[in-house]
Amino acid sequence: MADMTTRLGTATLPNPVLTASGCAAAGRELHQFFDVAQLGAVVTKSIMMAPRSGRPTPRMAETPSGMLNSIGLQGPGIDAFLANDLAWLAERGARVVVSIAGTHTDEYVALAAKLSGHPAVAMLEVNISCPNVESRGQVFACDAIASARVIGAVRRVADPLQPVFAKLSPDVTDLVHIARACADAGADGFSLINTLLGIAIDTDRLAPVLGGITGGLSGPAIRPVALRCVWQVRQALPHLPILGMGGIASGLDALQFILAGASAVSVGTAVFGDATAPVRVLTELEAALDERGFASLADAIGFAHLDEFGRAARLGGAA
Amino acid sequence: MSRGAVQIRAAEILSVRRVGEYTEFTVVAPEIAAGFKPGHFVAVAVGGERSSMILRRAFALSGAVARDEFAGTIQFVVAEHGPGTRWLVQRRTGETLDVVGPLGTPFPIPSGPSRAVLVGGGYGTAPLIPLARALLDNGSPLEFIVGAATAGRLYGELAAKRMVGQLTVTTDDGSAGEKGMVTDVLPEAIERVNAEVVYACGPMAMLQAVGAIAAQRAIRAQVAVEEAMACGIGVCMTCVLPVRGSDGRSRFVRSCVDGPVFDARTVRWSDVGKLPRDLVGADAMGGGH
Repeated sequence: MADMTTRLGTATLPNPVLTASGCAAAGRELHQFFDVAQLGAVVTKSIMMAPRSGRPTPRMAETPSGMLNSIGLQGPGIDAFLANDLAWLAERGARVVVSIAGTHTDEYVALAAKLSGHPAVAMLEVNISCPNVESRGQVFACDAIASARVIGAVRRVADPLQPVFAKLSPDVTDLVHIARACADAGADGFSLINTLLGIAIDTDRLAPVLGGITGGLSGPAIRPVALRCVWQVRQALPHLPILGMGGIASGLDALQFILAGASAVSVGTAVFGDATAPVRVLTELEAALDERGFASLADAIGFAHLDEFGRAARLGGAA
Repeated sequence: MSRGAVQIRAAEILSVRRVGEYTEFTVVAPEIAAGFKPGHFVAVAVGGERSSMILRRAFALSGAVARDEFAGTIQFVVAEHGPGTRWLVQRRTGETLDVVGPLGTPFPIPSGPSRAVLVGGGYGTAPLIPLARALLDNGSPLEFIVGAATAGRLYGELAAKRMVGQLTVTTDDGSAGEKGMVTDVLPEAIERVNAEVVYACGPMAMLQAVGAIAAQRAIRAQVAVEEAMACGIGVCMTCVLPVRGSDGRSRFVRSCVDGPVFDARTVRWSDVGKLPRDLVGADAMGGGH
């Protein structure tokens, strides 16, 4: 059996399969289907300082091999999150990646400070790329300077034991440029990718389907885009770990992300159709690594970037 | 792990029956049948293994037999109105479905007899059939109203008639029963049985109207909503409704886990599809953008 241990900066996880932010709430609902402590970590829905209602309905539209959502970061606020959700996850022995979101740099900083020192928090995922924030044209992750400002500020106040990952948007001209700016600001790694901005139009009502008009596209439809993003960032910044996500629904999907350079993966939209998808993906990934002769997950990370000779040498060495 | 819903990846279809414009499925699902209460629903995968339709479709259970000569079965009714439900209604006996359930918060059932009116609109009658059975079992006198746009869109009127003597059928076009809407005949039904509570399931506008009639008479209405949902298990936050809490403050709550059954008084029907300014957390959404 391949050693499935993985590292995301200073955080060591027993396996590389996590939930995805916004697709698992805070783990409690999925716990009726499987033990959430089995996962590498639970990635929580993005939390903000204050309670937030989210957008009006309809919030969802199914699209070919995907879906659009315009939920708008509905959430209870950080204090209720700490008292209820994080406490529950800690009791279950789950490792937690807390996704934080804000409308200003100060809000991200305040959230990181609140989470500092909490033993269940393995890592912070800084959501600077949600397409459902109020000023849609000004998503932080679409601007290198704004991204760097948030990531740098969070890194300065966050618990040194909690890696800070920048969650980036694929809706940019040059993703590597944004990633580099985050890296220079102190990002310990990247979560790739957030949803792509899309629209669906109801041909009976002759109007947009979603209450929020635009929404974030997720699911298998975006997988090749997500994989390309992981590939590009790995190539440009090979020293920084990547948490890959975007339409992963099977072990082989996950393996593609690992081979492209991800150190771990999040299973998101697949959960809506199959609540047990994260544990199934883990089992399938483990088998897929074994079948290909990898002694460890670590050996497979970024493997597809090697040239023909490099691949042969590495696999020969493993045999 | 807390055991609630279960996923049955290959639940065998025991029968597929055409009922008016609907298709009624009976599926072998002992673990779901065992936990069933009226108001529960199931979420069914559509399109087969390589489907491009990634989300499940939700259906209220119209019945469950915990055990019969085969195994526990569940029953639900499908109205075709898109590619997913079109795929479903083409399934045949002996094929299998991927089903998750039982889901949702069921109807509250009083411990003793309670005079009640049940109001079903279209296939919304489905969850009221097992509810009527449960209410009759504890000695409740019932009136049943079943309505639809046309005769072909009625569901469950025979089952309702068999169980409850007092059945009123309405159709918008008069093709069956009385011409008109369920809400036209509801006030008299409430008076006839001197109802303490109204139970209803159907389109949102009907539920709002039923709630208003019950409120005028100072009786409660427990209504089951149908809201578009992606996951059905409470993680995605797409199926929310503005609902007034016991603390007097309103929030967006999930109709899949906190519902689908709500006390009609608590739902802010006129604000469905809107973002009321006084909702908890609405202030954080910013204005003007």
